[in-house]
Amino acid sequence: MTVRDVRNAFYPFIGVAIILLIWQLYTYLFGINRIVLPSPVDILRASATNWHVLLRECWPTFLESVLGFILAVVIGIPFAVCVASSRVLNLTLYPILIATQSIPKVAVAPIILVWFGLGMQSKLVIAFLVAFFPIVVDTAAGMRATSAGLLELARSLRASPLQVFLKVQFPSALPFIFAGSKVAVTLAVIGAVIGEFVGSVGGLGNLLLTANSQLDSPLAWAALVWLSALGILLFAAVVLAERIVMPWSEIGHH
Amino acid sequence: MRLDFCRRRQLCLKRKLNIPARTQIESRGRDESAPVPFGRFKDVHQSFKRTGQSSLVALENITFDLKAGHLVTLLGPSGCGKTTFLKIVGGLIPASSGTIQINGRDVVEPHPDFGIVFQQANLMPWRTVLANVLFPMEILRRSNPTAAHRARELLALVGLEGFEQYYPAQLSGGMQQRVALCRALIHEPKLLLMDEPFGALDELTRMEMQDLLLDIRAKTNATVMFVTHSISEAVYISDIVAVFSKRPSVIADLMPIELPYPRSAEMRYLPEFTELEHRAGRALGITR
Repeated sequence: MTVRDVRNAFYPFIGVAIILLIWQLYTYLFGINRIVLPSPVDILRASATNWHVLLRECWPTFLESVLGFILAVVIGIPFAVCVASSRVLNLTLYPILIATQSIPKVAVAPIILVWFGLGMQSKLVIAFLVAFFPIVVDTAAGMRATSAGLLELARSLRASPLQVFLKVQFPSALPFIFAGSKVAVTLAVIGAVIGEFVGSVGGLGNLLLTANSQLDSPLAWAALVWLSALGILLFAAVVLAERIVMPWSEIGHH
Repeated sequence: MRLDFCRRRQLCLKRKLNIPARTQIESRGRDESAPVPFGRFKDVHQSFKRTGQSSLVALENITFDLKAGHLVTLLGPSGCGKTTFLKIVGGLIPASSGTIQINGRDVVEPHPDFGIVFQQANLMPWRTVLANVLFPMEILRRSNPTAAHRARELLALVGLEGFEQYYPAQLSGGMQQRVALCRALIHEPKLLLMDEPFGALDELTRMEMQDLLLDIRAKTNATVMFVTHSISEAVYISDIVAVFSKRPSVIADLMPIELPYPRSAEMRYLPEFTELEHRAGRALGITR
């Protein structure tokens, strides 16, 4: 932590603080009904009194997002590697991938629910479907972006295809894989919530819907804040993983 | 074979007598009677097919011999096919026709006997300097403590002692190219192929690197084929300069450079040096 790091972390806080202050003043000065727009203090109070409910409902959403994301990584990366290294597979699978991607996931969610039930599985599958695409696209792009010079160097040493993949192409693709993962992990949370909206027995999405239907807006907003925090937490986890896996990526930015 | 044996004996003898490395090069001019040259290039021809047009002839009848331990420079204008020729010699692209022999063997594919330095340093950003240098050893499955020791020695030789654990992004262009040079030398290649390796460097770094190359060659006894479009660089570092003409490339002149070793910056201002530069310029069609 340098002085600069502290300062960089400080600015977003200032931004958020200003927005919250204006929000609070607006609801107070204009006497806005808390069902229409609860003030930050209302939300904070709802969050504090219902913290055990929020925590309990956070857990399934967290699991659905994380497992869906992990599934997308585990299946998406090998899939992208196959697509990037074989012309035939690329021509066969890529159009299908694009076509399936263009279907709105919200529209597919009811069908997924019919297949996988109201439990966690259906949400996991939706989170997976949403997270899959950016991981595949970025990994494939990373594989193709391998520098021609490095490939020629490997060829001059008669490296085997496996050596080329493990020692040249895959490390070259890593920055792209992490870029895709950052997008994918936040999308996974959205996917899980979509699933919960369509039909569920738990989760923050479920809590949000229930609170909303009971006109308990402060709690609904609290659920929203927790969802946002969950997304930020997962995003930060990916950034941390990136720094651990790619220590060289930090160099040159300073 | 015989040549190899003779050379090895000569080397052993020199090591025993503890003659400094530079003297070995000075004496090189004398063994003119070698029966089989280290490298032999005969009628090398290269043309590329173009869609809807006549094929493009890049190289025509390139014929010359390369002596072991010599540094030959391929000098020519941009796009004349000298890099293509270097890649043919390295087995990276096949020639349309002609014979390419290195060490008595026909070159048909890349071989660990060759070490290549490209115009760009081509280092892997995710590897430390040391790991970059050791990359060829990993590919050739020769990673061992001896290799790591040799890598450290080579890095010290190019003045990068203490930078082993740095990442390429932390190094300057010149330093990166030094790492690339170490990487090309780590598996002890018999022939070092260099494709405009100093082309992207500034003039002062470039002159420094030229001296470094001569120094390293003296210490490793590698045969070097060096591509450049700088006349003064070619004259300064070479034993032989092969001047390539514009496309279709033929060898316009094969110039032996008989300046003594060790070469030093002062030589660049000698009348002999200027005369050689003029001769190369004439062969290139720049001066009359």
